[in-house]
Amino acid sequence: MSDLNFEYGLLLPEFILVGSAAVVLMLDAFRADLRISRNLLPAITVLGALIAGVASLLYLDRDPTDFAQLIAVDHYTTFFRILFIATLVAIVLGSYEFVNRNITHQGEFYALLLASTIGAIYMAAARELLTAYISIELLSFSLYVGVSLAKNDTRSGEAGLKYVLLGGVASAMLLYGLSIIYGTTGSTTYEGIAAALEDGVVGTPAFLLGLAFLVGGLGFKASAVPFHMWTPDAYEGAPLPITAYISATSKAATFALMLALFGIALDAAKADWQWMLASLAVATMVVGNLIAIQQTNIKRLLAYSSIGQVGFMLMAITTVSDASGSALLLHLAGYLITNLAVFIAVIAFYNRTGSEEIEDFRGLAETQPYLALVITTALFSLSGMPLLAGFVTKFVLFQAAAEEGFLWLATVAVIMSTVSLYYYLKVIRQMYVAEPADGDSRWRLSPIAYLTTGVLFLGIFLVGLWATPIFEAADGASAMLFG
Amino acid sequence: MTDNEGYLLLSLPLIPLGAAVLLMFVPSGERTLIRIVTGVASVAMFAISVYVFFAFDYRGEQFQGVLAWPWFENVGFLGDNGVQLKVGVDGIAAPMVLLTGIVILTGTWVSWKQEHRSKDFFILLFVLVAGVYGTFVALDLFFWFLLYETAVLPMYLLIGVWGSGRREYGAMKLMMMLVAASILIFTAIFGIFTEAGLGTFDLPALFDATYDPTFQKIMFPLIVLGCGTLGGIFPLHPWSPDGHAAAPTAVSMLHAGVLMKLGAFGIIRLGFQMMPEGGEFWAPALLTLGIVGALYGAIGALRQTDFKLMTGFSSVSHMGYVFLGLGTLNLIGMSGAVLQMFAHGVMTALFFLLIGALYDQSHDREITHYSGLAKQMPVWAVFFVIAGLASFGLPGLSGFIAEVHIFIGAFRAYPIVGGLAVFTAAITATYLLRMFARTFFGEADPRWSGVGEITWAEKAGATVLSISIFALGLWPAPWIDRIAMGLEMGIPEVLS
Repeated sequence: MSDLNFEYGLLLPEFILVGSAAVVLMLDAFRADLRISRNLLPAITVLGALIAGVASLLYLDRDPTDFAQLIAVDHYTTFFRILFIATLVAIVLGSYEFVNRNITHQGEFYALLLASTIGAIYMAAARELLTAYISIELLSFSLYVGVSLAKNDTRSGEAGLKYVLLGGVASAMLLYGLSIIYGTTGSTTYEGIAAALEDGVVGTPAFLLGLAFLVGGLGFKASAVPFHMWTPDAYEGAPLPITAYISATSKAATFALMLALFGIALDAAKADWQWMLASLAVATMVVGNLIAIQQTNIKRLLAYSSIGQVGFMLMAITTVSDASGSALLLHLAGYLITNLAVFIAVIAFYNRTGSEEIEDFRGLAETQPYLALVITTALFSLSGMPLLAGFVTKFVLFQAAAEEGFLWLATVAVIMSTVSLYYYLKVIRQMYVAEPADGDSRWRLSPIAYLTTGVLFLGIFLVGLWATPIFEAADGASAMLFG
Repeated sequence: MTDNEGYLLLSLPLIPLGAAVLLMFVPSGERTLIRIVTGVASVAMFAISVYVFFAFDYRGEQFQGVLAWPWFENVGFLGDNGVQLKVGVDGIAAPMVLLTGIVILTGTWVSWKQEHRSKDFFILLFVLVAGVYGTFVALDLFFWFLLYETAVLPMYLLIGVWGSGRREYGAMKLMMMLVAASILIFTAIFGIFTEAGLGTFDLPALFDATYDPTFQKIMFPLIVLGCGTLGGIFPLHPWSPDGHAAAPTAVSMLHAGVLMKLGAFGIIRLGFQMMPEGGEFWAPALLTLGIVGALYGAIGALRQTDFKLMTGFSSVSHMGYVFLGLGTLNLIGMSGAVLQMFAHGVMTALFFLLIGALYDQSHDREITHYSGLAKQMPVWAVFFVIAGLASFGLPGLSGFIAEVHIFIGAFRAYPIVGGLAVFTAAITATYLLRMFARTFFGEADPRWSGVGEITWAEKAGATVLSISIFALGLWPAPWIDRIAMGLEMGIPEVLS
């Protein structure tokens, strides 16, 4: 064990993020004494994130390496570092008006976002079970607190409690599964497990039990049906930026972890888990999209629609391969951009109206045409309409599943994608076809809301029309797992 | 056509897209500027379309104006030339490009009087046109389907916001039916790509690949039903009358005139060209659906008293001829199908233009409410008669050329079907002549004393469409040459 690589420089971006979190917390604590502006906290958060983002780029030219066999630093990690840091920046910029109005503990808010981003990055980078588990918990604990930060809303506390209790059960399940897998394979590193699987652990009852607990625990974190019960309540109760964050980073990180875990460690046991994930994928797609139809609250609608989206992504894990890996990464990138565009636009809408009901979007095309355009574009993209990110990324994702012999699964996915169009159209109908309520007149957006939604809006088209650079980056990243 | 002229083909979808982006930056109130942008764009599209049609050399290569730019290459499951932006036309696409040019030119003119949010209307209309053009000129399966879907995407808002009557119902029904049909196309495309195993979406390469006959027999119906829904194939047509009735004039024109042809075009491209053996196997079914649709649409039209619903059912009937022609599997019948796509396109666009012109003044589409219109609107009436006569196939007009091909093809394949097809034409004549008699003649109804002659823009548009009807009717050679060549080179295995 003496040849372990302890080069701390490999973890530089995360040190920067931790440092920023510490600075933000301290400044917040002494804000009254130092008489600093409230805008300093988001500024530091964004600045720290940007520096960390630049620092992640330093590893682009380096050969893939790892930190003490626990954390890989390669294109895969770099891909997710950039993705999660960009998400963090977008959410902080898109929500700071909201935070100023609705959140009392602002230092905690920004520090938690920074900390959870680190958890998300290490979920992608982990190559060892305990490291992976600790990263999951770092992300989850940050979010447990984040969900209950809206102190003036009783739903927030309820959601936080529900989330933490169910999350605890899921963590226990996950940990139990991990311990059984360790017990049967004798190793906690992904590569060690893969090597042990070659020696005939596959298919033993104990190993299957471990897999089942593992899939259940991860299914909870990813909000796969039937482990999704917490999602709608947590989404509805959490402050909007946290909801956005759960639907973006937390979800993507879980899939980054699953892809690495199933792709590297458990690939040889495909026969044991493929049917589990395939059935989870089908259940998730169908239930998520069908229940979304009945929702009247935009947050709950997006919660169920994101459950549906999880089903599509589970498909890529089911058929895990080099091709479906790169397809999943491309899809995640497109999904994050699109989802953030919806949420930041909804945050801007909420800042003005204080409402989350779909009914209250009526006539938005008259009162704020730009925002209506952004929301419409993003919703069309989520349902996989062409010229937009959703079409390309879903097409690639589904085709990758078909290539691996899962044409039927791809067909179910397309059907459910069509169902999703129906409930997105109901929102679009309110904005464009319905007349505005009496007394509603034109209103303006703040410049920062224009900026963030504008960049994401262009991003949706960019991925839709010229996804080549992202696809190539995704392919390079995915190649790290599958060699 | 040289390969460098592929830039012209590429410009066909890019011009409307560019105009749509440009319009976003035009203030909504600047009506003149909006007219200039849309006018210039539509004339440019029309001019290029005409050029492409005539420059296409029917003695030359199968695909002309072929240019390709790499998009995704050697990433994921894609190999060399994985996805390319590749353009090119063959003898089947060239007339369709011309048709699109004619309909968008006239559709733009008549939409200028659209007052309500006219800028947004044109943006969506042009996105739709970009999708239509793109589908006709794309030679890459990925882009083909992307642009095919792009043509459907703006429909919901175009009908929901600017439509009339039961617009929300019509818009939702149309959108959901068309998108649901796309599920089948998606599945077929995934299957075809995997079965070919080439790692590329290049269409000519996929045409040349060999597919297992059983696979073809499974996938061909998916294409027929998936694309056929957009083409208004019986029994997946119900969106068409409701959607067309609710849509604003220019959208009805484009939708019935061009968009429905995308469906039939898809059946040729992805169906017959890709899977000839599947096509041969299923041709009798296609032919049956075609003749049933033709009869059903005609009888449906006979029962309608709403101008637009009648035209909507008439479209289902005429598209039935197209599927009937494709199902004959002989050169003359299949040429007739493609001719009918063109002929029906210009004819139905003219119908919707004229109905829209009347409706904008009277806000009433009930046929029985009118009488004596020929006295009030003589020019309108003349154009209406031209469209009507073309519709039931008077010699010298476009409909005759197309239908006579289809009838001969049908008689050669199955005489009884040919007989039924001719019978359908008789029903068509019945409902059209009855409508003419009721609305044109008799005493002028005082209710409509305020209804005057159609505007100059409408006259100009109707003139362009009428010229096209006469051109195909009197000098069909340019069309027939190109279409026959496209079919002979594209599906030699199928033609008996």
